Amino acid sequence: MSQENETSAVVEDVAAQKSSDNTTQYLSFVLGKEEYGVDILRVQEIRSWEPVSRVPNVPPYEKGVVNLRGAIVPIIDLRERFALSKVEYTPLTVVVVLQTGSGNHTRIMGVVVDSVSDVISVERNEIQGAPDFGTKVSNEFINGLVSVSERMVMLLDVDKLLTIENLEQNES
Amino acid sequence: MSIDMSQFHQVFFEECFEGLEAMESGLLSLDIGDIDSEVINTIFRAAHSIKGGSGTFGFTVVAEYTHIMETLLDEMRDGRRQVTKPAVDVLLGSVDCLREMLTSIQNEEEVNMASAAKHQAALEMELHGTAGGSHAPAPAHHEAAAPTPVAVAAPEPEEEEDEIEEEQGWKISFCPYLSLLRTGNDPVRLFREISELGELTSHATIEDVVPFAELDPEECNITWELKLVTDASEAAIKEIFSWVEDDCAIEFAPLAKPKKAKKSKAAAAPAPAPVAEAPKVEEHAPVAAPAPAAKKPPVEADASKNAAPKASSSIRVDTDKIDTLINMVGEVVITQSMLGLVGENFTMDKVGLLKRGLAQLERHTRDLQQSVMNIRMLPISFVFSRFPRLVHDISTKLDKKITLKLVGENTEVDKAVVELINDPLVHLIRNSLDHGIEMPADRIAAGKPEMGTIELKAYHRGGHIVIEIVDDGRGLDKNKLLAKAIEKGLVEETAILSEKQIFELIFMPGFSTAEQLTDISGRGVGMDVVRRNIQSLGGNIDIISELGKGTTIAIHLPLTLAILDGQSVAVGDETYIVPLVSIIESINITEKMLNKVAGKGETFKLRNEYLPIIRMREIFNVKSGAATKPNEGVIVVVEGQGALCGFLVDELLGQQQVVIKSLEANYRRVEGVSGATILGDGSVALILDVPGLVRLSVR
Repeated sequence: MSQENETSAVVEDVAAQKSSDNTTQYLSFVLGKEEYGVDILRVQEIRSWEPVSRVPNVPPYEKGVVNLRGAIVPIIDLRERFALSKVEYTPLTVVVVLQTGSGNHTRIMGVVVDSVSDVISVERNEIQGAPDFGTKVSNEFINGLVSVSERMVMLLDVDKLLTIENLEQNES
Repeated sequence: MSIDMSQFHQVFFEECFEGLEAMESGLLSLDIGDIDSEVINTIFRAAHSIKGGSGTFGFTVVAEYTHIMETLLDEMRDGRRQVTKPAVDVLLGSVDCLREMLTSIQNEEEVNMASAAKHQAALEMELHGTAGGSHAPAPAHHEAAAPTPVAVAAPEPEEEEDEIEEEQGWKISFCPYLSLLRTGNDPVRLFREISELGELTSHATIEDVVPFAELDPEECNITWELKLVTDASEAAIKEIFSWVEDDCAIEFAPLAKPKKAKKSKAAAAPAPAPVAEAPKVEEHAPVAAPAPAAKKPPVEADASKNAAPKASSSIRVDTDKIDTLINMVGEVVITQSMLGLVGENFTMDKVGLLKRGLAQLERHTRDLQQSVMNIRMLPISFVFSRFPRLVHDISTKLDKKITLKLVGENTEVDKAVVELINDPLVHLIRNSLDHGIEMPADRIAAGKPEMGTIELKAYHRGGHIVIEIVDDGRGLDKNKLLAKAIEKGLVEETAILSEKQIFELIFMPGFSTAEQLTDISGRGVGMDVVRRNIQSLGGNIDIISELGKGTTIAIHLPLTLAILDGQSVAVGDETYIVPLVSIIESINITEKMLNKVAGKGETFKLRNEYLPIIRMREIFNVKSGAATKPNEGVIVVVEGQGALCGFLVDELLGQQQVVIKSLEANYRRVEGVSGATILGDGSVALILDVPGLVRLSVR
């Protein structure tokens, strides 16, 4: 519980700061050697990995569902989602619980990442558009790129991450 | 001091709709020949509180409209007016109109004045038209006035006010001297007394009020203009003021006089016009208002569109239920503190005490759960109460004589079920009215009483609620059904169907036996939707019918949608829940029972039937756990969509009640799974969707 409280405190803090200018804060996390960022206001909490209940006949990156204080929340492995090499889950593996709002209906979903690294402040004009990799790499979830102390961070579009799940549901 | 009144609006609307329902059911139960004054009183009270409430909240349109209804009802109540069928129908119409008005106001839309004016005119006609010759010009005036508010919505309230003032009354200007208060008189008390004589509106003039610093609380600086709508005499009013005669200047003027002048102006035709003039003006009314009428439909369409999101989901709960709940919580708290005591300085000799405490806790938790579920339970009369009106309206339209009997209206059922069962029931009742019950002449020819009966019953049976619609109409004709089905290509000509199967044909999409379509039913859409709706609630629907005797449609529904009795089964390392209602039996598998069909599909023999087997391990791609040998495991025989089939699982774990959680809220629909639940250890288990799995296995 204490972890959750801290996180929500951080989120509130950030919300207070954010209103001032056009700086957005991102929570950055690591997958393999790549660094990604999500809008910190979308982050509900950060949890450690715990076993999930598998859901039958869904894509392998949808690991299953967990009980998050009475709500059934799906867990998605971002490594597998982005077709990176698989790793064993350890007690240090982290699940970032994200919120998405479509209309007045909000959903929550957990994404499995290697580790959470930092909170970064990004000026809006620092964000570069996502380059087109052609068909080789899908950039549909990527909002833009930003460079933070020589590292490249890819900013993810949380809504699209979730919408994609919906689309595939219709296809399958 | 200003209070935000809008916070009370929701409650007001709920009360209004309840009041309208009460009025409606009261009106329907009125027996024309033999009037029960208590029923009239109930209707009157409902109208009165709607009027009062809408006045308070400033919905003058509603208040004024209700006022007219109230006047009519008041006369009926006092026996000054006969209760006639047309009068009741007009009142029923105005209940609908009021409901429409309130819905528009609730959705913050403009009230549809056109229909309001129409109903109001009908009401006025009823009120004055039969009241005697002296009032005859009044309807003419209203008919003429009616189109005006349609064309220009705004002036409506003013016009309305004139109408009310038209009744006789007094205009009183009341100017107390400064000394009035010193004599121990209180204007407020006076006003209260006057208001008992009739309807009082007051206007205070405060020009003479001195600045606050110089104000003497014992001096009265205010003067009033009072309007009193009453039939009391001047003497009666003067009597009230007799106490203060010496301390004020007071003037009386009758209200009616100036009104008369206004009336003749508005009506264009001279006031003493012969009665024959009245219908003429009425005829003109629709012609005068074509433009606004054309504008009307979009407003209505919007209303129906917006109605859904605005619908609130509150619930009225019996205080008794809440008291029980509070008692339960008290018990739980006591048990908890007792266990706390046992836990401190625990020694082994306290084990007995601990066990007893835990047993108590378990019992209380279960009771608590039950009482909480009870709060969601509503009597089915919430649904049933709408049907007398429906039957009344439709039977009049069809020229049939039908009585509706309600049995077991107090049977309680989950709120969610109540909300979802309404539409299917409406459909089924319409069907019974339209197709089931014959025309009176046909009934007499068939040797049945002229009056048809539809019985709507609700009762509990073993964790289910059963709703039955029983009619004594013509029943279903098996041969006709079958012929129709063959004609439509829904059934093979050579097929041999049981009676039950034939009756179930009416649930097929596109199936209708009605010779001619009516706007009530018979389009062949509907019965399949009815069945689908009921199945989505986890229920099923049965038909029993005898040609010439009648039809019984029985709907079985679970009592609640939130909790389900489940059998947990193990497949590999995973746990799944099978709804107990769909399980017929479970059997240990033996090799002898298994048969392969075409080398692939598996069946097993249960007594004399061969049933298909669905291997859960395969259909769900379970890889974990030790693979069961092909001939080991348990077969759970389930019924899904009328067909039996066997689920092969590794082990039966136990039966328990599970709370159904939605998978879709955060995730998505998964085939073969109807929901999820949280087990005692906090992990998630999926609840199997038996019909869905059967479908899945066919693919």
